[in-house]
Amino acid sequence: MSALSVFYTILFYSAATIFIVGLAYRISVYAKTPAPLKIPTTPAPTTKSGVVFRLFTEVALFNSLFKSTKWTWLFGWMFHLSLLLAFFRHLRYVLSPDSVFWPLINNWLVLFAGQYGGFLMLIGLAGLFGRRIFVDRVRYISSPSDYLMLILIFTIAATGMLMSFVNHTDIVQLKAFAFGLVTFNPQELPGDTLVLIHLALVASLMIIFPVSKLLHAPGIFFSPTRNQVDNPREQRHIVEWAAKLEADRE
Amino acid sequence: MADFEVAKITKGYVSIPKLKEGTMAHSQPFIAKEKFQVPLGYPGELIDNWKEVVIEKLKELSGKYRSLKVFLDSCIKCGACTDKCHYFIGTQDPKNMPVARQDLLRQVYRYYHTFTGRLFAKLGIPGFVGAKELTKEVIDDWYVYFHQCSQCRRCSVFCPMGIDTAEISMAAREILDQIGVGQKYCNEIIEKAGRIGNNLGLPEPALLDTLEGLEEEIEDDTGVAVKLPLDKKGVDILLVTPSADFFAEPHVDGLMGYAKVFHEAGVSWTVSSYASEAANFGMFIGSYENMRKLSLRIRKAAIDLGVKRIVFGECGHAWRVAYSFLNTLAGPFDFLDPNYPVPQHICEFTYNMIQNNELTFDKSQNDDMTLTFHDSCNVARASRMGDEPGGQFKIPRAVIKAACNNYVDMPSDTIGESTFCCGGGGGLLTDDLMELRVKGALPRATALTHVTNEYGVTHMAAICAICKSQFTKVLPYYGFTMDQIVSVHQLVSSAIVLSDAPKDNEESDETDAA
Repeated sequence: MSALSVFYTILFYSAATIFIVGLAYRISVYAKTPAPLKIPTTPAPTTKSGVVFRLFTEVALFNSLFKSTKWTWLFGWMFHLSLLLAFFRHLRYVLSPDSVFWPLINNWLVLFAGQYGGFLMLIGLAGLFGRRIFVDRVRYISSPSDYLMLILIFTIAATGMLMSFVNHTDIVQLKAFAFGLVTFNPQELPGDTLVLIHLALVASLMIIFPVSKLLHAPGIFFSPTRNQVDNPREQRHIVEWAAKLEADRE
Repeated sequence: MADFEVAKITKGYVSIPKLKEGTMAHSQPFIAKEKFQVPLGYPGELIDNWKEVVIEKLKELSGKYRSLKVFLDSCIKCGACTDKCHYFIGTQDPKNMPVARQDLLRQVYRYYHTFTGRLFAKLGIPGFVGAKELTKEVIDDWYVYFHQCSQCRRCSVFCPMGIDTAEISMAAREILDQIGVGQKYCNEIIEKAGRIGNNLGLPEPALLDTLEGLEEEIEDDTGVAVKLPLDKKGVDILLVTPSADFFAEPHVDGLMGYAKVFHEAGVSWTVSSYASEAANFGMFIGSYENMRKLSLRIRKAAIDLGVKRIVFGECGHAWRVAYSFLNTLAGPFDFLDPNYPVPQHICEFTYNMIQNNELTFDKSQNDDMTLTFHDSCNVARASRMGDEPGGQFKIPRAVIKAACNNYVDMPSDTIGESTFCCGGGGGLLTDDLMELRVKGALPRATALTHVTNEYGVTHMAAICAICKSQFTKVLPYYGFTMDQIVSVHQLVSSAIVLSDAPKDNEESDETDAA
């Protein structure tokens, strides 16, 4: 194997480890941190299934953001939807020929929309970037890292699109590399620049995920204002540290 | 009239203002003296090792409150909240944008308690990832801007992550208290409520005198001996109401309304001098412990008086603490009658009677008014009434409409879950924050102006002691008069027909119109 392939193999295993361990650690911290008071933003569902539905509308449709500002909702939702399509489209690189998941990929939606969805992603990201620059309120609250994060994902999308529409890479070799990674049987990587940029940036994204605002992805599920059932009168809600205070009761 | 500029309302809707940095940097409430700090468990003045304590407390609180932890990590700086805060709209100060307010705390959290923040601090560019070292200036900024948040949760409705700035403000105030920099208004009140039983410091004889005076007033008015009992044992209901209801206008008219409803219901009830306060300012300063202590007074009063039910009077954040927290803080209430929710809101009580056709109204008594209703922020976004989500919007309106012929809602983006805070909530209802209070009322005053011009609205009803006090004080800055603010149960009080009223007493009371 070439030194480059060895480097990328190590890079991806490190990035994946940091991503998985980091995210698992974060999720366990969120899960273990108590929520001592009932604070759902009301009107809130009064049942568990209602909460599941509320979270679904938040995660799938960005319900609250829609109420807030239509432009941010449009660009943000476009971006995340195309992210999902890109995920399905990339599954092909890591599935074995006899996998049962092929129907998930070999369908019109993923084949067509997955490819052209890249444009949605670029438009969405450009829109979000534009808001950050041109809306004085959003500019005020932005740090350099906020811009950089958008540029990073934009570059990943752009290099991917270039490979898809302009400058094809050796797709058979790329598949061998990707499949080799997930089956712990490292293979050579095609050495053209676009692939190298694309993959290096994806690895960077995985590494910064658990230590950045990208944590909003698991965070939303643990947000007490969204995931609590509105039933404080019916059911007493008390956490351990709060229960300990009750030792002073008569 | 004021030593600051008050916006002229020219349009019927709220527009998003341009940023103007530092417009409210001078605004800060008086700092609490030692005698109000110490009884609450806080140092009397700024401690020497404040820096270490702040960093440590921030870590401790984010370990005790999932909300704080998740909210500090999850903000994506999308800007959805930036135009939602009434204080931002009224002041243009960018630090009054919810996310910018949160960032005052988040930057410190990032600097000391996140890998990324620590890494970039070592590289000498913490600002790259929005981290900032803790300095005295940062603390001063906290004191200024976390006392420009009324914890109304409007931003939390629009945040795609559900981040609630109120949680961050509460944590910041708790930390400030822990280093000896408390707010005079809140802490003085908490101390008084914890020692005497209510925020105003009214002792039992004063309460008795007031309640007897109200009994006389009602009897003069209606010819019916409606009672307002104090510390009466063995009755059905303990009424816990904001102490402003005992003397302030228009609050007291609401209290007379509750009394008449109870009278018609034929239930026995009482006020407790020991727990003569529905408000719980412990919430405003983010202190679970102080909030719990005040709540336990209600539990003790209910046990000592041997009541079967607890009903709360009209108050916004009090209803939040009562509805959402009371069971947690002072429950379980298994010694009360399980057929009724604990606690119950007076609007729920009245609404149930209306539903069962147990109340008779002469709506024409309120024909001198065209009403609208101000949804109080904490009722709207932090509690419920009745069995269905959204009952907190439906029930008070149903009560108003049962008692009045003329009712119009304000524009839909200013009511319901999108309601604007009155501008005086969250422990900011103090004269040393008058500029902030007036400016924060701009969105509500704008909506009220709209319905005044379009539909001839003459009065705005509210179900919160703070809203009522705030509006009577600040709406005159926008060309309204004090008496345009009414209590919901004041309307009930005017229109209710007492079944045992003497038949010849058909007086029509015109003095209300003013």
